[in-house]
Amino acid sequence: MADFDTPEITIPLEIPTLNRGAMNHSSPFPAAPNHQEALGFPGELVDNWQTKAIDKLGELLSRSRALQVYMDGCVKCGACTDKCHYFLGTGDPKNMPVARQDLLRKVYRRYFTFAGKYFPWLVGAEDLTKEVLDDWYTYFHQCSQCRRCSVYCPYGIDTAEVSMAAREIMDHIGKGQKYCNEIIGKVHKIGNNLGLPEPALIDTLEGLEEDIQEETGVVVRLPVNQKGADILLVTPSADFFAEPHVDGLIGYAKVFHQAGVSWTVSSYASEAANFAMFIGSYEQMQKIAERIRKAAEDLGVKRIIFGECGHAWRVAYNFMNTLAGPFDFLDQNYPIPQHICEFTNDLIEKGELTLDKSRNDHMTLTFHDSCNVARGSRMGDSPGGQFTIPRAIIKACCNNFYDMAADTINENTFCCGGGGGLLTDDLLEIRTKGAAPRMQALKEVVDEHGVTHMAAICAICKSQFSKVMPKYGFDMDNIVSVHQLVSNAIVLDGQTTGDNAKVE
Amino acid sequence: MVLGTVYAVLFYFAVAIFAVGLAFRIRLYARTPAPLKIPTTPAPVTQAGVVVRMAKEVVFFESLFKANKWTWLFGWIFHAALLLVLLRHLRYFTEPVWFWVGWVQPFGMYAGFAMTAGLAGLWVRRFTVERVRYISSPSDHLMLLLLIGIAATGLMMKYVAHTDILSLKAFILGLLYFDWQPIPADPVLLVHLALVLILLIIFPFSKLLHAPGVFFSPGRNQVDNPREKRHFVPQTKLPGK
Ligand code: HEM
Ligand code: SF4
Ligand code: SF4
Repeated sequence: MADFDTPEITIPLEIPTLNRGAMNHSSPFPAAPNHQEALGFPGELVDNWQTKAIDKLGELLSRSRALQVYMDGCVKCGACTDKCHYFLGTGDPKNMPVARQDLLRKVYRRYFTFAGKYFPWLVGAEDLTKEVLDDWYTYFHQCSQCRRCSVYCPYGIDTAEVSMAAREIMDHIGKGQKYCNEIIGKVHKIGNNLGLPEPALIDTLEGLEEDIQEETGVVVRLPVNQKGADILLVTPSADFFAEPHVDGLIGYAKVFHQAGVSWTVSSYASEAANFAMFIGSYEQMQKIAERIRKAAEDLGVKRIIFGECGHAWRVAYNFMNTLAGPFDFLDQNYPIPQHICEFTNDLIEKGELTLDKSRNDHMTLTFHDSCNVARGSRMGDSPGGQFTIPRAIIKACCNNFYDMAADTINENTFCCGGGGGLLTDDLLEIRTKGAAPRMQALKEVVDEHGVTHMAAICAICKSQFSKVMPKYGFDMDNIVSVHQLVSNAIVLDGQTTGDNAKVE
Repeated sequence: MVLGTVYAVLFYFAVAIFAVGLAFRIRLYARTPAPLKIPTTPAPVTQAGVVVRMAKEVVFFESLFKANKWTWLFGWIFHAALLLVLLRHLRYFTEPVWFWVGWVQPFGMYAGFAMTAGLAGLWVRRFTVERVRYISSPSDHLMLLLLIGIAATGLMMKYVAHTDILSLKAFILGLLYFDWQPIPADPVLLVHLALVLILLIIFPFSKLLHAPGVFFSPGRNQVDNPREKRHFVPQTKLPGK
């Protein structure tokens, strides 16, 4: 891969001037034929790809009101043009949300509208050529489907929906992306993104039990495939081994332990992530969601709780009931599904956890709202619970907390730069540049309030930040899990050691 | 009378295209399934909340206000003035004039200028802001030009070259009651009406579809209650349709 410079951080953030073609060279590795065929997609670009692509676009238009309305409704007002972190980090005009949509819209207009059929030059309609297809592959893989643009669009036009549709079309003509499609194949086959089989999973979790016992003197269980448990925990597989994810998993285990509930993970559905959303495939997404339903039925659980993962929570919260529901075999007294933050926050509000905030005194925290939680889901009973609940948990566990600037948090949050199926080394340049707006906002609170750590509730955000933060002069372990803070602060019954905080 | 006939035919033609075209488009939007819950959150958790959210978007352009104050200012002035101007025009279509249309008249006087100013501001943005220039097609410029043309010819009739309003009204009422009357052969009026007919004809085939479209945007019109109430659209169960 070509060398590139990490963007300079300017305070305040500057809107770049247009730099045409700046990111034209960046596209992800293509899926190999076997990755494609495992999902029922053609192995390589089919001969009649142009007709097939147009047919597929027509089909998607008839299946999605969003796509149909968004293709027609844009007035080119430009309100979204400076809202995408990839545009802000690169200046490439095709990373402006409306320009990204236009890559598909110009083809839509050409083949599906009166004006585009007869007056293409007037409305910017274009034939679907090889160049256009290459642009699709390049720039629809420079969108993390974070929905920031949709917040500011007067019609709520959501570029994420457009990117998903474009990727779905490309998959169906044999032009898939390796990273997503390989991973989805692994989930269908083994049950998680990593391809971690049952024995390895059991082994890993036993190791964690030993670690917790060593640290606290208390036996805290992390059960696998335990039939008859009350709660099925579905968490991103990165939680089983990656840093700082695993510290979050230890946090969930301690909370369950203190709450006195029985719980288990499933080796069959050992993955919260559902990358099928990134490729816009209803059918693939449904297949993955049904694994979770089956695991819950087979294990006979009463509740399903999701761990810290952004897009997984969007799929779980918004889509799972549609795709794999109704979940009438679960206990209807609890939200289906529930987020681990909702579970922990309930206990905190009831005063059932003993939390020693001073154990996090070596850190000054801020919180990164993950896009899919912030703009694609909710927690709790009222709108915006997805903002207040994680913050309430952090504040219950830490003495030092400062929010970043208002236009970079809550629904205005900036993506980490690695979401939407972009968390792969072949896209490291766009990931790094796309992180610039978030890094800028972080730098401000570091300078102003002495913030030392940023907490997050998304596996992708955590992996992305530990990779790109060093490029911006931070440490890779300046990113922490929210439940890692809980894990540090929580005082377990019968705990022998006085201080279980991780010292940096 | 020949001129009157030509304009009468064009008028019926344009209104037919507008009404039928728009009806088909709205039917398409209404019938296309929305398979998944995709409101941009935080979103209202009740249907009443959605009505409030939509009202704030349509009346105040709330999201646009968050995004860009200049575009909001010009855009909102243009639309608000357009609405007043349209209401004011009702007096040419009603006999006796509905009482409340009379109340609008004084505001309508200034609305023509406000509308032109708003449109001019939007057009200047299209040229001067590099990002907006990049995303503009010829049609985006022509749309603004068309609306400015309508507003300018309208203002000309009010302040420069008065037209015979009484016979114009007779012409319009004649169209409504199929009792055709001659049209005043006034060049400014004829241009004004021709531009309006063009606007009606292109409406269902252009980005002006944002007006009905906004009400169908799943990002804005869905209730955020997927856990409480299962959202299920049967057509989507079957792959491919
Ligand atoms: C429900 C009614 C409507 C709503 C909520 C609405 C809303 C909006 C908004 C928020 C914008 C973006 C801001 C701007 O550029 O002004 C816009 C643009 C525009 N609207 Fe509307 N509109 C409506 C009806 C109409 C109608 C009836 C017309 C024309 C006859 C119209 C013509 C335009 C034009 C030409 C633009 C683009 C302006 C530009 O080029 O920047 N709108 N509309
Ligand atoms: S969804 Fe996010 S990444 Fe994609 S265009 Fe919009 S702001 Fe950019
Ligand atoms: S904000 Fe919405 S309507 Fe305006 S240019 Fe962007 S996508 Fe189009």
